[in-house]
Amino acid sequence: MDLGLTPSETKFRDELRAWLKANLPAKMVKTAESGAEYFGYLKNWQRKLYEGKYAGVSWPKEFGGRGASFIEQAIFQEELALADAPERMGTIGQGLVGPTIITVGTEEQKKRYLPAILSGEEVWCQGFSEPNAGSDLASLETKGIREGDEFVVNGQKIWTSYAHIADQCMLVVRTDMTAAKHKGMTCLLVDMKSPGITVRPLKMMSGDSGFNEMFFSNLRVPVKNVLGKVNEGWNVAITALSNERANLGTGLYVVFKRNLDAVLAHARTIRRHGKPVIEDPVIRQKLAQSYLDLEVFRLNTTRSLSNLNKTGAPGPEGSIQKLYWSELNQRNAQVAMEVLGPYAQLTNFDDGRWVYNYLRSRGNTIEAGTSEVQRNIIAQRVLGLPRSY
Amino acid sequence: MEFDLSKPQKLLQQSARDLFARDCPAKRVRELMATDTAFHPELWSAVADQGWLGIHLDESAGGLGLGAVDLAVVAEEMGRACYPGPFLGTIWAATLIAGANSKSKHLEPLATGQAKGAVAYLEPDSGWCPDHLQLKATTAGSGFKLSGRKSFVSDAGVADIIVCVARSGDGLALLAVPAKAAGVKITATPALDQTRKLYDIDFTGVAVAADDVLAVGEAAAGALSRSKQVATLAISADMLGGMQWMISDAVEYAKTRQQFGKVIGSFQAVQHMCADMLLWTESSRSAIYFAAWALDAEPASAARAISTAKAYSSDASREVANRAVQVHGGIGFTWEHDLQLYYKRSKASEILFGDATYHRTQLADLVFSA
Repeated sequence: MDLGLTPSETKFRDELRAWLKANLPAKMVKTAESGAEYFGYLKNWQRKLYEGKYAGVSWPKEFGGRGASFIEQAIFQEELALADAPERMGTIGQGLVGPTIITVGTEEQKKRYLPAILSGEEVWCQGFSEPNAGSDLASLETKGIREGDEFVVNGQKIWTSYAHIADQCMLVVRTDMTAAKHKGMTCLLVDMKSPGITVRPLKMMSGDSGFNEMFFSNLRVPVKNVLGKVNEGWNVAITALSNERANLGTGLYVVFKRNLDAVLAHARTIRRHGKPVIEDPVIRQKLAQSYLDLEVFRLNTTRSLSNLNKTGAPGPEGSIQKLYWSELNQRNAQVAMEVLGPYAQLTNFDDGRWVYNYLRSRGNTIEAGTSEVQRNIIAQRVLGLPRSY
Repeated sequence: MEFDLSKPQKLLQQSARDLFARDCPAKRVRELMATDTAFHPELWSAVADQGWLGIHLDESAGGLGLGAVDLAVVAEEMGRACYPGPFLGTIWAATLIAGANSKSKHLEPLATGQAKGAVAYLEPDSGWCPDHLQLKATTAGSGFKLSGRKSFVSDAGVADIIVCVARSGDGLALLAVPAKAAGVKITATPALDQTRKLYDIDFTGVAVAADDVLAVGEAAAGALSRSKQVATLAISADMLGGMQWMISDAVEYAKTRQQFGKVIGSFQAVQHMCADMLLWTESSRSAIYFAAWALDAEPASAARAISTAKAYSSDASREVANRAVQVHGGIGFTWEHDLQLYYKRSKASEILFGDATYHRTQLADLVFSA
């Protein structure tokens, strides 16, 4: 047990601190309205990180990464939070698609896709869920029929985050209609500019269009764009989802800490019943719980990255992380509302940040695998209890 | 950086686990808890012989010269075994003396387990913050005289040395008092957790000689604060071991108990309780291991880390205990099932050194005022 840094880790941290000092952009807050502008802001930041070789700290050097360890990845996350840096753009590409391509992709695919993910040049979406295949992903029905060197795809996906702005899509389709449910699926890397794709944005309850419906009509995908092997797409999808659960949380600490700091600042200035809100003993209890929940999240994240450094691949225990951060963010969004009192509901207070944050967090326990699915995974794949369905 | 036990720490963990499995089975815990003091000389020697009572103390003080992480490793295994006996009182007293006056003749006997200790801290209406301690130490010659009552004192029934935290003028005084000194009356106060007994201590004009005055004023406050952090860590780790036992036991039961023709562990309602238990246990582990590391390596963040660990694991341990009983159903609610030992110990540990509400208040003062 040694959380102290080695000389080379210290060197990495010190160089990163100096780099952040020179390169950190001015702050910008995400609201329901600022979508496009905010996206451009994050894209610029991603480009800077890429040029500084910080976009993919633990990714291989030959594909634009730094080739450093997961420990340095953990240090990187902490330093970004300490510096109050912007969140990362392209969570699907960096957190889910990239690591999966690194694991199962061909050399050609790695060269083609990885650098563009890190530089922010290409945004990815993930075509998994369908109207009749949500938590039960393996029942998906979108078909890919082999015709020569291509798969011809027909069907529909839904809840696809970023599809409206994405350049590429990691798409799971059924390629063997006779095989058992979990077999006969194939994972395809799809250029979103291909003919045969229609994207229809869905408006979220927070007011912005984060997710979409996607319709495929005779979309043609070259066979060389198969990720992993034909008819083994389920394992590829599981690898991707394990990476998603393991990685999504690591970048979120920055976002959550920034929210809590902003709530604390308001708690000091907003007055209620004749004194600053922060002097209310019940509110203090709740804010302290927000603080310690977030601190435990930070420690869980560091511990899982330290573990990943030894094992090399994220396991089902990533579900603990997903469960933890999603429920934490909902609790802390609620505490923020209580601190702000009647101001919390105003869509022009702090540019609507708190209304947005409260509503957006409601989706956290549904997206990337519902809390119920995460608990099933923990029970069945970590604790070894029998399958329930 | 490595956020995991080192190889030697894993060996220590295994040897502690083996020792308690051999010497401290549930049957023995039950025999001991039915006695007045829950003390067994051989079980005590088994721990003392390993050097674990001074595991985190300097070798010059009779300790092993290891750190707080190693202490946490041992305490976790004690919690897993519901180890009865005056471990907490002794390591708290030893840590307090080591910080207050490392030359005291009482230190080495406690650190090596030749003597057993207790710290007389809480008072009937004090709370865990030292500001409201009132028991007075009045100067008498070159020493002090003590009068007043201390309550909820762990392990006093078998202690040889009691460290009394008293008020002297504007500050605190730390005074070592032999349990057999004239004017010391120790009364058992039967409580929920029978594996670690609690006592009232009445001090009536107890004379404390000059060389038993460990520290006064700032030095006393500093040593007290640090020793409470160490003891709070040990209790948190004890809870972690209990959580680990309870989740293993509940999951095992869910894999074998059948209803509706299936093992109950195949039902999602049961699975989700088990999943929550794992989340709370592993999150407590992250918080407690970090606090242990910070105690030695990052003193500036130790207070926050300890309060975070105790607040989180107090709530977590109680909820893990509740779910464990719920997964078992009726059998989990019986005297016969060993879960009751852990259920009660977990609740007592939640109270010891302040529950989540107390530590959230501490955190608010530490973090929001900064």
